[in-house]
Amino acid sequence: MTSKTIASVLGAVAVAGSMLVSANVSAQDKVGFVYVGPIGDHGWTYRHDIGRQAVEKELGDKVKTTYVESVKEGPDSERVIRQMAADGHKIIFTTSFGYMNPTLKVAKQFPNVKFEHATGFKRSANVSTYSGRFYEGRYVVGKIAGKMTKTNVIGYVGSFPIPEVVRGINATALAARSVNPNVEIKVAWVNTWYDPGKEGDAAKALIDQGADIIMQHTDSPAPLQVAEARGVWGVGQASDMHHFAPKAQLTAIIDNWDRYYVARAKAALDGTWKSQDTWAGLKDGMVEMAKFNEAIPADVIKLAEETRDGIINGTIHPFAGPIKKQDGTVAAKEGETLDDGTLLGMDWYVEGVQGKLPK
Amino acid sequence: MMGIEWLAPVILTVITAATPLVFAAIGELVTEKSGVLNLGVEGMMLVGAVSAFVTATLTGNYILAVAAGALAGMFMAFLFGILTLSLMANQVATGLALTLFGVGLSALIGQDFVGTPVTALAKLNIPGLTDIPFIGPILFGQDALVYLSFVSVAAVSWFLYRTKAGLILRAVGDSHTAAHSIGYSVIGIRYLAVMFGGAMSGVGGAYLSLAYTPMWAENMTAGRGWIALALIVFATWKPGLVLIGAYMFGGITILQLHAQAAGLDLPSQTLSMLPYLATVIVLVLISKDQSRIRKHAPACIGKIFHPAA
Repeated sequence: MTSKTIASVLGAVAVAGSMLVSANVSAQDKVGFVYVGPIGDHGWTYRHDIGRQAVEKELGDKVKTTYVESVKEGPDSERVIRQMAADGHKIIFTTSFGYMNPTLKVAKQFPNVKFEHATGFKRSANVSTYSGRFYEGRYVVGKIAGKMTKTNVIGYVGSFPIPEVVRGINATALAARSVNPNVEIKVAWVNTWYDPGKEGDAAKALIDQGADIIMQHTDSPAPLQVAEARGVWGVGQASDMHHFAPKAQLTAIIDNWDRYYVARAKAALDGTWKSQDTWAGLKDGMVEMAKFNEAIPADVIKLAEETRDGIINGTIHPFAGPIKKQDGTVAAKEGETLDDGTLLGMDWYVEGVQGKLPK
Repeated sequence: MMGIEWLAPVILTVITAATPLVFAAIGELVTEKSGVLNLGVEGMMLVGAVSAFVTATLTGNYILAVAAGALAGMFMAFLFGILTLSLMANQVATGLALTLFGVGLSALIGQDFVGTPVTALAKLNIPGLTDIPFIGPILFGQDALVYLSFVSVAAVSWFLYRTKAGLILRAVGDSHTAAHSIGYSVIGIRYLAVMFGGAMSGVGGAYLSLAYTPMWAENMTAGRGWIALALIVFATWKPGLVLIGAYMFGGITILQLHAQAAGLDLPSQTLSMLPYLATVIVLVLISKDQSRIRKHAPACIGKIFHPAA
């Protein structure tokens, strides 16, 4: 037996175990959440759970929220989602990309239950999708990074070469090079969302190769911690991670689901819920910037705030032309802006990113 | 252009990546040499990691913290011993259950400590020696656990092949019936071997949460326990090869990250696969020569010992 098989066997057993824990009976309307990680991951899942707490706080006695954490993507999640639906939940939030097909499958069998799937692209009459425009946050960070780097190298710890991650890298490169044309982005792919050791090793490798700013699209605070230990800058991911790196964290890109979750839960309860697709960013508060590090010079903070405010009021778009691809071809001419479809399918680097994008 | 200056940081990173593997694998090697297969390495590492972390946070004493990690790992291994040695449960199933239990137990113990940073384990600093360019930081600038990992490998190697106790342990692993018939306590010896394995896994876990990534996060071992288990087969149950294997494994992982960061045009998925590919290739190569495996693999591994009445 390989370790992979063993791991998946364990995963299945773990799911069965966690289902028992979440089972409960209540007369109130129930709002359910399915999480891919532990609520203590201090990143992605942690922020979704803060959103759940906001629903509980806002709607008070009218609702009862339940959640199941550490649910493996794929077939295991289908059982968990079906259990929740059968258990009388009004609305269920499934908060990871890999829950897409299971969510749709269960939704078909429970037409009266509303489903909300995060980061997916398939919808139906009772399945909505939602995600954050995290690249807007990356663009703000890119401006700061471009100004703060001394070595002109930004190190980027990537998870998987999917459009969501590539978009973040490109937004960073465009912003950084708009204030400092000499900046180069070096990317190290770790091929995992969560492996503190490997994420940290990637950060070390990037720093050894000259990076003095570390950004990450993985879930643990390890890269940020390495930045702190090595005396370079880092950026928090999904939640404010400054207590891991009080000196190094320039800012953090925070996912804020609170408002969306409250609005959708309300809609499900009062019958106004409709299937829709939401892709919201800084403007709607789904993406937020954490407090800027006090060590950043005032003019750079001002630039960052102007960038953030510009994105909010629509005067700045991170993917406004001219944009050149890594190979020199033009992706957007002066005056053009890349549309959402292009952003969602982004599989190329912009100029200034080093290395070849793995296919 | 890429001389020694480039190599030194790579080696430093490889050392930290390999050390937890060395601890876990060398401990499990002793367990397996006594004829017991404990697949719960991952779980024991996690419980060791969280125990060490909690102790370090509460007391600030790192010696105590590492000891707590070792004890916690030993406790887990003791549970495994009761189930498989005294109650004669299936070792494979019990080992898997131990990992599962370890994942849950460590999460439970650590839930109030998620997001608490801790100062990394101090590195040795000998003025004069540590300052020597290149070899200084590598040879004289590590934390105590790195040196301990090398000492452990040497000690285990000496114990297994140069002492009578080691010979008895290997005899128990190769033929428990024979060892029993000449009066050795098979179960007792196996308990000790299993608990040593647990303690070393615990120290490996402690290295993760105190030095490698000084923090506690659920499931932070991310599969390293399984890699340690694979390393033992890779090393054909020889302590020295475990050390080499761990460094090779760590080395390939780190090198591919450096290659990427340097912008070398290499596909990262292929590179991520390399360590595993290397393991498989070595396995195939050594499997062609059955005598080499037979000479070192404990013949009774995984077999339950029923003492003749």
